[in-house]
Amino acid sequence: MNPDPVSLLLSLAMAAAAGLVGCFVVMRRMALAGDALSHVALPGIGVALALRIHPLFGAAAMLFFGALLVWTLERRTRIATETVIGVVFSAALAAGSLMSSGEELIEALFGGRGTPGTAEIIFGAAAAGAVVLFVLKRKSSLVLALVSPEIARTSGVAVERLELFFLESFALTVALGLRYLGVLLMGSLIIIPAATAKRFAGSLGGMLGWSVAIAVVSTGAGSYAAALLHRPTGPLIVSVAAAFFLAAAFRRRD
Amino acid sequence: MTNALEVEGLSVSFGEAKVLDGVSFAVAEGSSLAVIGPNGSGKTVLFKALAGSVPFRGRIRWRPGVRIGYVPQRLDLERDLPVTGWDLLRAKAQVTGSFADVSAAVERVGLAEAAGRRIGALSAGQFQRLLVAMALIGNPNVLLLDEPTAGVDEPGEETLNELIRRVQQERRLTVLLISHDLSVVYRYADDVLCLARQRMWFGPPAEILTPERLREVYGAPVGYHVHES
Repeated sequence: MNPDPVSLLLSLAMAAAAGLVGCFVVMRRMALAGDALSHVALPGIGVALALRIHPLFGAAAMLFFGALLVWTLERRTRIATETVIGVVFSAALAAGSLMSSGEELIEALFGGRGTPGTAEIIFGAAAAGAVVLFVLKRKSSLVLALVSPEIARTSGVAVERLELFFLESFALTVALGLRYLGVLLMGSLIIIPAATAKRFAGSLGGMLGWSVAIAVVSTGAGSYAAALLHRPTGPLIVSVAAAFFLAAAFRRRD
Repeated sequence: MTNALEVEGLSVSFGEAKVLDGVSFAVAEGSSLAVIGPNGSGKTVLFKALAGSVPFRGRIRWRPGVRIGYVPQRLDLERDLPVTGWDLLRAKAQVTGSFADVSAAVERVGLAEAAGRRIGALSAGQFQRLLVAMALIGNPNVLLLDEPTAGVDEPGEETLNELIRRVQQERRLTVLLISHDLSVVYRYADDVLCLARQRMWFGPPAEILTPERLREVYGAPVGYHVHES
C-alpha cells in the first residue's frame, strides 16, 4: 500500500522546511530548547480535541505561545532559560498526556497515518512555503546574527524581530510535522538532518542543501516503509534520518 | 568640528552589577578615540551599548547618517561551523545592499584565497582580517573596533594596525578602538577614554596616559614605548 500522494507531497514540503530551519537551530546550539519546545504542542492537541476543533490548529496556537515564551526568555540570562524551558515544556507534555488517552495519545506522540483534510492541506502548504521563503530570504541576516549580534545590528538588521520570526518559523514547522512525526519525534526531523549536514558541508549553502535533501529523503523513505510495514510514520522517518547521521559520523572529517 | 558621537551619562547594569556608571564623552568626526582599561571595566559593554545591543540609561547620540562597521572582540565560535569567509562577506553585503564593496574589501585585507575556507580553518590573524573586511563592506563612516588584534601574532598585529590606520586616513573614518596596546594608543589616538572600576577619564593621550594614572587604573606599573616615527 502506498501513502496518499497529497499527504506525501505535504510531508515532503514540511521536511524541506524542517531541513532549512534545522540548520539555524543546530548552528545556534538551541537543539535542546527546540526539541523541548515541540512538546508544548501536546496540550494544544488535547484542548483542540476536547473542543472538537482540528488538532493542528490547537497545536499551532500552543506552539506560537511557546515560541513567544522562548523568545522572551532568550533575552534574559542563559542559564535561567534552559531551566525554565526544561520545566515548562516537560510540564506541558505531562499536562497534555493527561488530557488525551489511548490511540489518540499515541498518534499525537508519534504521528498517525490518517489523511489530511482540505483545510489542513491549504494551511500546511502555505505554512511550509512561508517557512522556506523566510529562511532563504533572511539567511544572510540569520548568519550575521549567529556570528555576532553587534555586526548584524550595526548592519541594519532588527535582531529581536528576526529572532522572533525565526522561533515562530520553527514553531510552525513543528506544527506541520505533527501529523507525520508527532510531538515527541518532530524535533528530531528538524535537528538530525541539519546535524548530519553540518558534519560534511563545506559552506552555508552546502549545509542548507544537504539538510533539506536528507530531511526530504528520510521523510519519503520513512513514509513508504511505514505504509509497507503498517507502522506509524514518525519512528520510521526518524530511523532513516538517524541512519544518515550515523553514516556521516563515521566519515572522516577534513 | 561636528561630533560623530556624543555620549552623556551612560550607565549599564546587568542585574545587580553596575558595569558602566555615568560615562560621558564625545568623538569628533574623522578622529580616533581609544578606549582602554583593565579587564572587566566595561569596554566591550560600552561598544555593545553603542551598537544598541544592551539596554542602557543615559544618552547615546550618533550623528544622523552614520554607517557603522563593527569588529567584535575575538568571537568564540564553534570551529566546525560550515560557514566560509565568503558566506559571511556575502551576508554582510546582502544585508547592507553593497555587493560592489566585497572584492575591494577582501583585496584590502589580503584574504582572497583564505576566504573560501571554513571560518574554523582560518588562523586567528586571518579571521580578524575577515572581520575587518566585513566591517568595511557597506561604506561605513564609523568603525568600532573591539581589540581587533587580540590573539594575532606580532607581525600580523602590526599589519592589521597599519591596515586600519590607512583605511581610516583614506576614507576619513571616525574610529573607536578598544586596545590593550598602550603604545598603539599613544601613537594613533586623538583622545583616550579610560574606564576602571566604574570611574572614567577622558582626554588627549598625553593627559590621560600618565604613569600615575596608569598605576592607579591597572593596579601595577605599566610600561609602554613611544615609537619615534
